[in-house]
Amino acid sequence: MNKKWLSFPYILWAAGFIIIPLAMVFYYGFTDRDGIFTMENILAILSPEHRKALFLALVLSFFSTLICILLAYPLSMILAKMGNARNSFLVLIFILPMWMNFLLRTLAWQTLLEKNGVINSILHFLHLPGIAIINTPAAIILGMVYNFLPFMVLPIYNALLKIDPNVINAARDLGANGLQTFIKVTLPLSMPGVISGITMVFVPALTTFVISTLLGGSKILLIGNVIEQEFTQSGNWNLGSGLSVVLMIFIVISIIFSTLSDKDGEGTAI
Amino acid sequence: MSNRLIDLVNISKSFGSNLILDDMNLYIRENEFLTLLGPSGCGKTTTLRIIGGFESPDHGKVMFNGTDITSLPPNKRQVNTVFQKYALFTHMTIAENIAFGLKIKNKSNAYIQDKVKYALKLVNLDGYGSRMPDSLSGGQQQRIAIARAIVNEPKVLLLDEPLGALDLKLRQDMQYELIRLKNELGITFVYVTHDQEEALTMSDTIVVMNQGYIQQIGTPEMIYNEPENAFVADFIGDSNILPSTMIRDELVKILDVNFACIDKNFGENKPVDVVIRPEDVELLAPDKTQLNGEVTHLIFKGVHYEMEVVANGFTWLVHSTKLFPVGTKISIYVSPENIQIMHKPVSVDEEAVSIDE
Ligand SMILES: Nc1ncnc2c1ncn2[C@@H]1O[C@H](COP(=O)(O)OP(=O)(O)OP(=O)(O)O)[C@@H](O)[C@H]1O
Ligand SMILES: [Mg+2]
Repeated sequence: MNKKWLSFPYILWAAGFIIIPLAMVFYYGFTDRDGIFTMENILAILSPEHRKALFLALVLSFFSTLICILLAYPLSMILAKMGNARNSFLVLIFILPMWMNFLLRTLAWQTLLEKNGVINSILHFLHLPGIAIINTPAAIILGMVYNFLPFMVLPIYNALLKIDPNVINAARDLGANGLQTFIKVTLPLSMPGVISGITMVFVPALTTFVISTLLGGSKILLIGNVIEQEFTQSGNWNLGSGLSVVLMIFIVISIIFSTLSDKDGEGTAI
Repeated sequence: MSNRLIDLVNISKSFGSNLILDDMNLYIRENEFLTLLGPSGCGKTTTLRIIGGFESPDHGKVMFNGTDITSLPPNKRQVNTVFQKYALFTHMTIAENIAFGLKIKNKSNAYIQDKVKYALKLVNLDGYGSRMPDSLSGGQQQRIAIARAIVNEPKVLLLDEPLGALDLKLRQDMQYELIRLKNELGITFVYVTHDQEEALTMSDTIVVMNQGYIQQIGTPEMIYNEPENAFVADFIGDSNILPSTMIRDELVKILDVNFACIDKNFGENKPVDVVIRPEDVELLAPDKTQLNGEVTHLIFKGVHYEMEVVANGFTWLVHSTKLFPVGTKISIYVSPENIQIMHKPVSVDEEAVSIDE
């Protein structure tokens, strides 16, 4: 009854769309234009403008992730507390925007935030001073938080749902007040959810170039934008691949961090 | 075992349009082992949760030592709970689980260590302090849940079917262990179970519940020997329940045969229910009494034989150490003190009674 052959199409797919491209990225990353081995493309990350782009990407992703946690945790608690019938509807409302194209959602924000965009028009109409956040790091963080918040809410919500209400009751029974119960029981028990949420927000935020292009204008370059430009504008695939490899190292580090913290293997990623 | 520690006064509770407890009155005395017994869904856990403070009643009040605690949150009550499925903190070691309540109360480290050690010894799990809950068996986790509750020295321990998930042998061991614990600690136990044998073995007082009504409160002997209505008789052990007529004091007509009994004051020619325990049915040679019948089924049960006897159209359940093979013609005798007369259901309370079959 060996059904291993059933996995064959998947292996083929994985080889074609994951392994081969990855191998090509590594090949280009470690060679120069003539196909000769070099570390230059990797070490290029040390140049001031690349370092700055990586640093900015790390900082913006860090703050976006932090804001996502602060928004998602209370929201998940509210969702988890609601009766089941109502809350599946609320969860649906929450997931709904995720079905809309990522690009469209970000473009919508661009339209809203632009100098002569919707928000400023309304403010102007009300004779209020306009806001100027388009093309600032703040606009990028806003875009990241908006796009990636659901990826933080769902794992935390799932982790909270898994907590037996009687475990919470037990803490109260043993004398803990609401705050103590939250800090000593609810929060640690929901940690696996928070950690998978962190990975699921931090990694795409770190690598994004769409959000920074649309909301950050051309002046704010994240590492994702630099890599994109190497591929599409400069046509320097070797440098683009080298920087991608460096970025991958950061992603791997953050994933290792999350698997280590989630030692019970209770990952609640969706 | 004298003064009332907990008083439930006119407690009602509904979930939506479902009336779960209807005007319940119950008191629990200091040092008592009181058991709430009843079928699934009858409101046992709800009653316990009201005492623990996890549920607030729609009407009525909860008194503790003479003070009204109805609106007191669980963390302010001098009771601790052992939950139906243990509810241990899986992210903490056993020792941290047990120390939880003491840490909240800011006890000194030395005191906490002493207490944890003492509690582990009490539940026979010395040396398990550094293990995680998941690495323990169900019975061990159960004992940790008990240890975690009792280190706080509650006046009352609430236990919700604490042995429900254990196998028979372990359950019996734990029953003795719990009784030992209770005697050692000298505290009040409010115990929930739907296992009538467990209730009979362990309790000082049994409260039989059904569909949100208390059917009877009494000692195990009273509940078993003098059930007040057919529900209690049926729920507590096997029994023969026969619709009968009380002819006059001390005489009852069962299946058209007159039997002497010891009950009085039921009136004359009044319909009643009679309960006769299977071990109280005596089988004699045919025509020794006016109630003749024939053995139709026989099972060996270890300590006794279980037989079914058809007599006057009723199938009697009989337990006897003497063997009567299937087909034996016999007559049935029941001595007067073993005939328990019960009122027919009249009150609202008893209308809640439902008997299987
Ligand atoms: N939070 C709740 N919401 C709605 N209905 C509930 C709730 N809690 C209990 N009930 C209902 O109340 C009734 C009594 O429940 P309870 O848990 O007290 O029963 P129980 O006697 O403990 O039963 P079991 O032996 O199965 O544990 C049940 O019909 C149950 O469905
Ligand atoms: Mg229950």
